[in-house]
Amino acid sequence: MDIHEYQAKEVLSNFGVATPSGALAYSPEQAAYRARELGGDKWIVKAQVHAGGRGKAGGVKLCNSESEIYAACDALFGRKLVTHQTGPEGKGIYRVYVETAVPIDREIYLGFVLDRTSQRVMIVASSEGGMEIEDISAQKPDSIVRSTVEPAVGLQDFQAREIAFQLGIGPGLIQHMVRTLQGCYAAFSELDATMVEINPLVVTGDNRVLALDAKMSFDDNALFRHPQISELRDKSQEDPREARAADRGLSYVGLDGNIGCIVNGAGLAMATMDTIKLAGGEPANFLDIGGGASPERVAKAFRLVLSDNNVQAILVNIFAGINRCDWVAEGVVQALRELQIDIPVVVRLAGTNVEEGQKILAKSGLPVIRATSLMEAAERAVRAWQNDLTQATKMRAV
Amino acid sequence: MSILLDRDTRVIVQGITGRMARFHTRDMLEYGTNVVGGVVPGKGGETVEGVPVFDTVKQAVEATGAEASLVFVPPPFAADSIMEAADSGIRYCVCITDGIPAQDMIRVKRYMYRYPRARRMVLTGPNCAGTISPGKALLGIMPGHIYLPGPVGIIGRSGTLGYEAAAQLKARGIGVSTSVGIGGDPINGSSFRDILERFEQDDETHVIAMIGEIGGPQEAEAAAFIRDHVTKPVVAYVAGLTAPKGRTMGHAGAIISAFGESASEKVEILSAAGVSVAENPAVIGETIAHVMERAA
Repeated sequence: MDIHEYQAKEVLSNFGVATPSGALAYSPEQAAYRARELGGDKWIVKAQVHAGGRGKAGGVKLCNSESEIYAACDALFGRKLVTHQTGPEGKGIYRVYVETAVPIDREIYLGFVLDRTSQRVMIVASSEGGMEIEDISAQKPDSIVRSTVEPAVGLQDFQAREIAFQLGIGPGLIQHMVRTLQGCYAAFSELDATMVEINPLVVTGDNRVLALDAKMSFDDNALFRHPQISELRDKSQEDPREARAADRGLSYVGLDGNIGCIVNGAGLAMATMDTIKLAGGEPANFLDIGGGASPERVAKAFRLVLSDNNVQAILVNIFAGINRCDWVAEGVVQALRELQIDIPVVVRLAGTNVEEGQKILAKSGLPVIRATSLMEAAERAVRAWQNDLTQATKMRAV
Repeated sequence: MSILLDRDTRVIVQGITGRMARFHTRDMLEYGTNVVGGVVPGKGGETVEGVPVFDTVKQAVEATGAEASLVFVPPPFAADSIMEAADSGIRYCVCITDGIPAQDMIRVKRYMYRYPRARRMVLTGPNCAGTISPGKALLGIMPGHIYLPGPVGIIGRSGTLGYEAAAQLKARGIGVSTSVGIGGDPINGSSFRDILERFEQDDETHVIAMIGEIGGPQEAEAAAFIRDHVTKPVVAYVAGLTAPKGRTMGHAGAIISAFGESASEKVEILSAAGVSVAENPAVIGETIAHVMERAA
């Protein structure tokens, strides 16, 4: 789960990480009022969306007066911000963070991630802050400092000092830097984060170390023990279909193609998408219905896939181990009857209770296209989709 | 003897009184697995599917001589159960549970390393379908009937995609020595490399099939190991050629976040190490059959 910048800053400051003073606003009026409360004569107005690259996309603005703040916010609120991380549909701006501008001497990159090679938490830092970490590793790989944390004892001060010295931090600020690193690590480990990124962490003209931006992601599997973090969830930043799927125990990712997929197991779901592509089609989604799927869950999966208007054919691929083909077949029949689906549906069943499943499909009298192997299923789905398309075009021509 | 698991291996099920655990305990017993007991704190003295339940793993080990354990415990408590197994002298543990917090798994791995290598428990999973040595024993949730005994060792991150491979082999009359699910989580007990090492030394395994997917460094690490240390032919398939970057595809670990983690990059790295790569999931069985013919 991702949270907003202003939320990450609040979380991190509770762990001793210093941030510039700022306040949240839900309207241009409120933003101007917040700026007056903060004082000073230079402010940064930042669109709060769950994506990086906000600056380049026009979501961050330097303002010198309350009227500039009002104008900047007026242009941001209600708009979709499109950055290189949001996809072309962008993400809605409903909250803006107003922050006191600070004089910047140096910009540092600081990131905490779960490193899958060492299977530990890794700190990644660079003296070239302000750039994306991908660009830093491409253009200034030598500037990157890495350090992994021994999970039994946590981050040690000497490690934090080593990182600070390698970044060229002056002796007077080493303690600030150690406090910042320790704060980030404590937040990361105590709250089950999967990522903490401060880019940039700045050294100010008046010798302070401040997190100018902050991003945090949390482990969905650990949210049960952090109710205060779960509350920070902002559904306006999530794909509504994916959020709805998650609420129903389904794992869904929307894509750009036309062939909807309903599969059990993440690996098989990806393999099914790959096979559709190979057969000449494009998958419309990733969907894992999970283990022990009831007919109702299968029917829900159909509804979810059909909520994507681009879907012109559906491929159901079930290799049942913990699942049962007869239940899946019942779900298919139920969905076809209730939803009056008028696009081709291809069903491939294998594994537990496959004969019963096939019988249910055959008996239903519904126009389900059956397949026995994965390749056959993909080819039939693509062919059915193409035929349907040709017919539709012909009808239009008539 | 097959790797990790054999006909005589004495198995306990942690969390045996749960609905799914009961069902799969029965399935394992029917398959011929030597299930000797179960563990659920506070339910010691009960019986499930004819086997005794104990309060602690240590009691179970003492009473039954259990060597292997299947963890069927809900996510918040699963890490604790794995560590209990590691501390009680269990040699091999399979964790089925999906949804264990990543930092719990970091602690589990750190904990296991307290023990010298000779006494260290082997863990596969979490979030896997388990391990099967066809015709001998099954430690997990897979349908046993789709596997024939034979010379192919399978290592896979995904459960159902592993079934797909086994079924394609069965359709060609080719069998499996052992199939090991290493799971779809980012922090897992054993990597491809760990299991490759075992298959390389296993007399019953003549060909190794690796079924990978997007995300993480373990396929690339395996490629380097195969190039330098594996003499047996290796076939691989990597799922997720159509998966977009930066999105989690079901498995917590299936996300492309760094260079070398996409399916096409992994295919390239594995091919360069001499691995025969199946271009698509429908030809995994066919590719293995070709490699076996060539080796014969």
